[in-house]
Amino acid sequence: MTVSAVSSPKSSAAASSPNRSRIQASLKRRRGAETRFRFYGIASVTIAIGFVLFLFGTILHDGVPAFWQPVVKVDVTFDPAVIKVEPKPVQQPDQSPAAFQRANLDWQRKVSLLNWNRIVENSVRAEAPDIQMTPRDIQAMISQNERYRLRNMFIENPDLLGKTVPVELLASANVDVWLKGDIDRSIASDRQQLPEAARTLADRFYEDGRIRMAFASVLFTNTDSRNAPAEAGLLGAFIGSLYMMIIVIVLAVPVGVASAIYLEEFAPKNRLTDLIEVNINNLAAVPSIVFGLLGAAVFINYFHLPLSAPLAGGLVLSLMTLPTVIIATRAALRAVPPSLRQAALGLGASRTQTVFHHVLPVTYPGILTATIIGVAQAIGETAPLLLIGMNAFVTSLPVSPLDQSTALPVQIFLWEGNENRNYFEPKTAAAIIILLTVMLALNAIAIVLRSRFERRA
Amino acid sequence: MMFNAPETQKMNANVAPVSIPDPASVALPKTFQTVRTPDPEPRQVRVHAKDVSVFYGPKQALFDVSIDIPEKAVTAFIGPSGCGKSTFLRCLNRMNDTIEGARVSGTIQLDGEDLYDPKLDVVELRARIGMVFQKPNPFPKTIFENVAYGPRIHGLATSKTDLEQIVVESLQKASLFNEVKDRLHEVGTGLSGGQQQRLCIARAIAVSPEVILMDEPCSALDPIATAKIEELIDELRANYTIVIVTHSMQQAARVSQRTAFFHLGILVEEGPTEMMFTSPAEKRTQDYITGRFG
Repeated sequence: MTVSAVSSPKSSAAASSPNRSRIQASLKRRRGAETRFRFYGIASVTIAIGFVLFLFGTILHDGVPAFWQPVVKVDVTFDPAVIKVEPKPVQQPDQSPAAFQRANLDWQRKVSLLNWNRIVENSVRAEAPDIQMTPRDIQAMISQNERYRLRNMFIENPDLLGKTVPVELLASANVDVWLKGDIDRSIASDRQQLPEAARTLADRFYEDGRIRMAFASVLFTNTDSRNAPAEAGLLGAFIGSLYMMIIVIVLAVPVGVASAIYLEEFAPKNRLTDLIEVNINNLAAVPSIVFGLLGAAVFINYFHLPLSAPLAGGLVLSLMTLPTVIIATRAALRAVPPSLRQAALGLGASRTQTVFHHVLPVTYPGILTATIIGVAQAIGETAPLLLIGMNAFVTSLPVSPLDQSTALPVQIFLWEGNENRNYFEPKTAAAIIILLTVMLALNAIAIVLRSRFERRA
Repeated sequence: MMFNAPETQKMNANVAPVSIPDPASVALPKTFQTVRTPDPEPRQVRVHAKDVSVFYGPKQALFDVSIDIPEKAVTAFIGPSGCGKSTFLRCLNRMNDTIEGARVSGTIQLDGEDLYDPKLDVVELRARIGMVFQKPNPFPKTIFENVAYGPRIHGLATSKTDLEQIVVESLQKASLFNEVKDRLHEVGTGLSGGQQQRLCIARAIAVSPEVILMDEPCSALDPIATAKIEELIDELRANYTIVIVTHSMQQAARVSQRTAFFHLGILVEEGPTEMMFTSPAEKRTQDYITGRFG
């Protein structure tokens, strides 16, 4: 007993020193590993942020200039020599409203047939009398649809006849490209998009301030356009996307949440539900273009829904979003602590009461986030829409989800492929900025709603 | 061979039906026998369980437990972890139904009514046998809503004032009212642990159950909160039949009138608390109480 008591401190001291040096050696190794790991982490975060910044930087660099486009300030003379038309009819005392309507329309048709191109031409020519310009030179400078604007101005206010008013006319896409430097100025004159005279004039106007860069509101107020690319906008695509978003919210969210609640809370656990679960998980991984094929086969070919309609698109996107919503909702339900269920069941609440009074309310933030992410994913989807004809060129605003329309991402796809490359590249980037802004807004709503629900819970 | 110690002579065959040496039970191993000691003055039996076995899938968690739970008294279930005391408690209001793969055999009666009768409505049963859980689990709603929820779903209150009265009375009975009367409409999860547990007790009382089951109600609480809950249990005994599962021997000794000792899924011994803690009949009980195992 004594012997061992005496010997043990000795032996332990002898044993501890090699142990200690071993521990110290391993300490160095462990610290090294930690430092390396931290370095890897920082490096990968830096690379990731670098890529994101590069992406956003490129998009912003390309897209922001497209939010401004050149307008030409000219004095437009409503020359009676060109505008040869009788005065606008006024309601006569003995005239029936129908007859007046007819006379008015008749007058408007006559106004439309006037040579409005000549008015545009004359006003531009008057600004620079010293430059020899053909009518084509001038038409190449001013956006095609501006003559209709002048016409509408006159129809609304016939008193303009004989007067001269300053108007800002939208410059054509080619002027935009020339002034922004999106075309190489050194290439031969016959290969330039603008005729020589128009180029000279554009430069002179830009220098003396008669051409200025105005905010490109057409992006938000116009639909797509081919004969006047300078006036092409995103409104039609935006409305199309909006319809589809509403359809997804109305269809995919209630169906998805209800299926998730049933599968998670009420369904018996057996082969059939296992099979359903596996299939739902697989559906979430199905490439979106396959959903497009399904939509073309089922909604277009079988149910004969109109081609290119947001209704068909919305249905396809709903199918695509369903698995996301179901999986996320089930995850949210599964995350509810069992103690909450026990509390309700122990009080004598039925299963339905337990789910709807207690379990579901705490999952609202999760379900909401999942829903908004699902919806955002859906409105950013392009591939399935191409297969149901939503890549059509549509210049009219869709009035209902049954009308032809495109969607924001599809419009980006269309513009990116436009043959007028140097003009549409910045415009595509601008459209991407708008789409991303819509996405960010949706996510911001998700975050706000989520924090509000969480505060309440 | 069956009755191994002289103390077991106290055992009364009338309250221990399983112990009658009939051929079936003779075949059972010795460990399946429960040593029973009746109360000096018999109490009315409220819950009567006979040969209750519980299986979780293929695993048997409880072996032929038979026990009578007296009215207006606290019965404590003690035993080491995993001995089946919580499992048995959950059988009494059929909370085991909610566990996947759990199966219960044997009979449990409340006032002679079979709890496992397929025609019986579990929802009604749980209104009659309330439960307080190990971890305080108030709903993430206001204090008022927590207590009002039970009466509301069972339709116990006929008017708003009626409901308010039930809430106030329940909180008073749970001796929580004075602490929360100014913040009835604040969230229940914002209370301290002990207050939360008393809120859960108030919530259970609000539906006026006949029996209250408590599954280690103080295991997550500090000694002061524990003392308050124990005091409360003692007060509630006057009106309710209470069954409490506890890991704390002192707690069982303090609050209960009868104690049942479980070990490895078997009800080893049950009897008046005083006797159980001073002169237990079974060696295993003795060993557990004196801290030799468990």
